[in-house]
Amino acid sequence: MNDSFFEVLRPGINTTFQDQGRFHLQHFGVAPSGCMDYESFTIANVLVSNHKTEGVLEFAYQGPLLKLIKGQTKFAITGKVHFQIINSKNETINGECNRTYDIEEGEQIDILATNKTVYGYLAIEGGFSVSPFCNSVSTLSRANIGPNEGKKINLKNKIFFKKNRQEKNNYFINVQNKNNNLIRVLKGSQHDYFSDSSKKDFCSKNYKISSLTDRMGMRLEGTILKNVVSTNIRSEGIIKGSIQVPADGQPIVLLNDHPTIGGYPKIANVISADYDLLVQNVSGTNLLFKYIELEEAEKAFKLYSENIKETLETKSIIK
Amino acid sequence: MFKKLSNIGDCGIVCDFGEEVNRSINTEVIKLFHHVKKQSSDGNLSGILNCTPSYNKLIINFDLNKTNSNKIIDFLKSVDFSKLNLSEDKKEWIIPICYDFEMDLENMSKVLKIDKEEIINIHLNTVFFIYMIGFVPGHPFMGDLDAKVFLNRLKTPRVNIPAGSIGIVEKFCNIYPYESPGGWNIIGKTPKKIFNSRDSTNPCLLSPGDTVKFKSISKEEFNKINNER
Repeated sequence: MNDSFFEVLRPGINTTFQDQGRFHLQHFGVAPSGCMDYESFTIANVLVSNHKTEGVLEFAYQGPLLKLIKGQTKFAITGKVHFQIINSKNETINGECNRTYDIEEGEQIDILATNKTVYGYLAIEGGFSVSPFCNSVSTLSRANIGPNEGKKINLKNKIFFKKNRQEKNNYFINVQNKNNNLIRVLKGSQHDYFSDSSKKDFCSKNYKISSLTDRMGMRLEGTILKNVVSTNIRSEGIIKGSIQVPADGQPIVLLNDHPTIGGYPKIANVISADYDLLVQNVSGTNLLFKYIELEEAEKAFKLYSENIKETLETKSIIK
Repeated sequence: MFKKLSNIGDCGIVCDFGEEVNRSINTEVIKLFHHVKKQSSDGNLSGILNCTPSYNKLIINFDLNKTNSNKIIDFLKSVDFSKLNLSEDKKEWIIPICYDFEMDLENMSKVLKIDKEEIINIHLNTVFFIYMIGFVPGHPFMGDLDAKVFLNRLKTPRVNIPAGSIGIVEKFCNIYPYESPGGWNIIGKTPKKIFNSRDSTNPCLLSPGDTVKFKSISKEEFNKINNER
């Protein structure tokens, strides 16, 4: 086992280990969790030549300050992130996203803030040394499941990694800018529970992302959605991206750490292709929803996957 | 047999078995659940991520990279319900309960106008069926209690209910796997760990479709089991 590690000098707001998610356990009450922005997660791993599903550190808004106490590694930060590398002479170098850097013993990575987005990712060559639970190293902090006893990263934690740097080259990937507040949705299971005018309001008025938003759910504020049938339904299984509307008429988009079952009517479901864009919108952003049909959503997903593939193919050596 | 199939988002299917909540409908849901799980793990049905049974629905979540809504619907339509069997998958559990940890029996006895002992007896003599597990990891929704002990949730939920607490609401009984807030009427506590996030092979003791009978234990026995685990 490798004894190289980082020490956490500042944990950041919501820093957790995540991978693609933990599946086949929802019937036991375990939500999938996993990276919020799949594209940025994948780019981070590919940059440092990891398997696409290797665990990374995900952070929100403010990231961690990490000091490399022992070992050498190569890392990449993805998303839109303002970060610095502090060398052993205390000089700072401004970091760029979507490329790799070598870091030596005594140096620090200071992830200051995400830029007009929520989530960023830190991957290191070979991956972090964390043990999986049910085939995943994703953290579900609400239920204390995953590495670090299922908790967010904390001050003074030691973060070990699997191997020291082997790759000589550094790489970059060309990532297109894709911020978007127009989110495409499909009709939800209880779409017909809502009044005609509310159905129209939902896809024509702005819904603002509340500050009460986390990995479990995104609360929205806007024109009240009037339920004309019943504000409670029998509890049923939840899928991420479902937009449920409790009795107060303010929608909540359920995200990766969602409860596994729930009893509120669902007006819509965010399409898979727009999920990464959705979760990267910061609180205070006005979202606009647009209804489309299933076939269009499936086409959009194909396009989304092809785009990621093309992006990954731009990986090149930094000369 | 399900009554209706519909999409939930672009990567989910809802199998709707009708409006009622009863054991026979839920048994159908769970039979299909076991079947989908088995077909998926045997490699006959690709791309299944999660399969979540509830009282009257089964929700299947799939990976759009590997399959799509039409393929799942075709598979579901081809299922021969007469050949699905639950018995081989279901387990019968005896769960120890210590009623000394109750918080609400006194009040329940007043509201229901039944002796505490009678409430305990009804609880002990019920063979519970696990309708579903969820909301949080390991949390079972079990029924059916006798109508004599039907109660609503507490008007003001408690901020902190210890892990292992056993509560009842209407015809259902639950076990709190974690210390958490909650509004169920607490009648006792079990020393048995029902969810273990360190055990990858068998994290959850109970499964949907299993049956549970409770066995009354003393505080001494409770402490003994608690210390052993």
